[in-house]
Amino acid sequence: MANCNETIRELDAFLDGELPDDVRDHIHLHLDSCMDCLQAFDFQAELKLAIRRKCSTEEMPAGLLGRIEMCFNTDLDEDGIIGPA
Amino acid sequence: MADQQNFAEQAMEFAPQLYSAAMRMTRNKADAEDLVQEAYLRGFRSFHTFQDGTNLRAWMFRILTNAYINSYRAKQRRPQESELGELEDLYLYRRLGSMETAAASMSAEEQFLDVFTDDEVKQALEDLPTNFRLPVLLADVEGFAYKEIAEMLEIPIGTVMSRLHRGRKAMQRALYGYAEARGLTRHLDNEAPES
Repeated sequence: MANCNETIRELDAFLDGELPDDVRDHIHLHLDSCMDCLQAFDFQAELKLAIRRKCSTEEMPAGLLGRIEMCFNTDLDEDGIIGPA
Repeated sequence: MADQQNFAEQAMEFAPQLYSAAMRMTRNKADAEDLVQEAYLRGFRSFHTFQDGTNLRAWMFRILTNAYINSYRAKQRRPQESELGELEDLYLYRRLGSMETAAASMSAEEQFLDVFTDDEVKQALEDLPTNFRLPVLLADVEGFAYKEIAEMLEIPIGTVMSRLHRGRKAMQRALYGYAEARGLTRHLDNEAPES
């Protein structure tokens, strides 16, 4: 079973879903029996969710979709080619 | 080969996500709009290279990221690779974790980390140097895998991991700074949890 230091070292990759199965199982085993590490992992998991929730709520400017569609039809980059090459 | 006529139909749904990411990259609305438009123009032009059945969202984010890095480099005389100081692991948890436990026992409904406003979290991310900001944005906000991020940024996976690790800790330090500045740490320390 992994110890606390080994567990904390793998925290990022664990929460990112990037650990190989066997390592992830080792970490799970440790978390099942170590309240300190479990609380730390919970905190980091919540932090990651909060960052996603709070950084992806940008309201798109009203005209942007129109601008995007326009660039399919006009020579915006002035290379003499209308829309796609 | 992907049919170019289908590009608008398939790719437009990602515009809001791409715009949010562009805001975190450029840190202002005008540049973010230009960047998204640039990404769609490039995507449209090179859609014939997109392989059907692969991930169109990742493909568009790769184009957006490349467009940003190119414009960013064009503005810099030298490519700027910043370093971040060493911070201990679990930086924020070691400082706010006990408050979170207390908050959780007060009301299970409330997300403790919502004490931070959207603007504070956005600012903490945007204040990271670019070489750290992009991995954190692509992993934590957009949910891409290390391998996808490595391809988008054209850096090794090990570098993605170390920049994520350091960038995240620097972001936590910034958040703790906001908590302190608002007197939040003092407030929660002195007030007994309501029963």
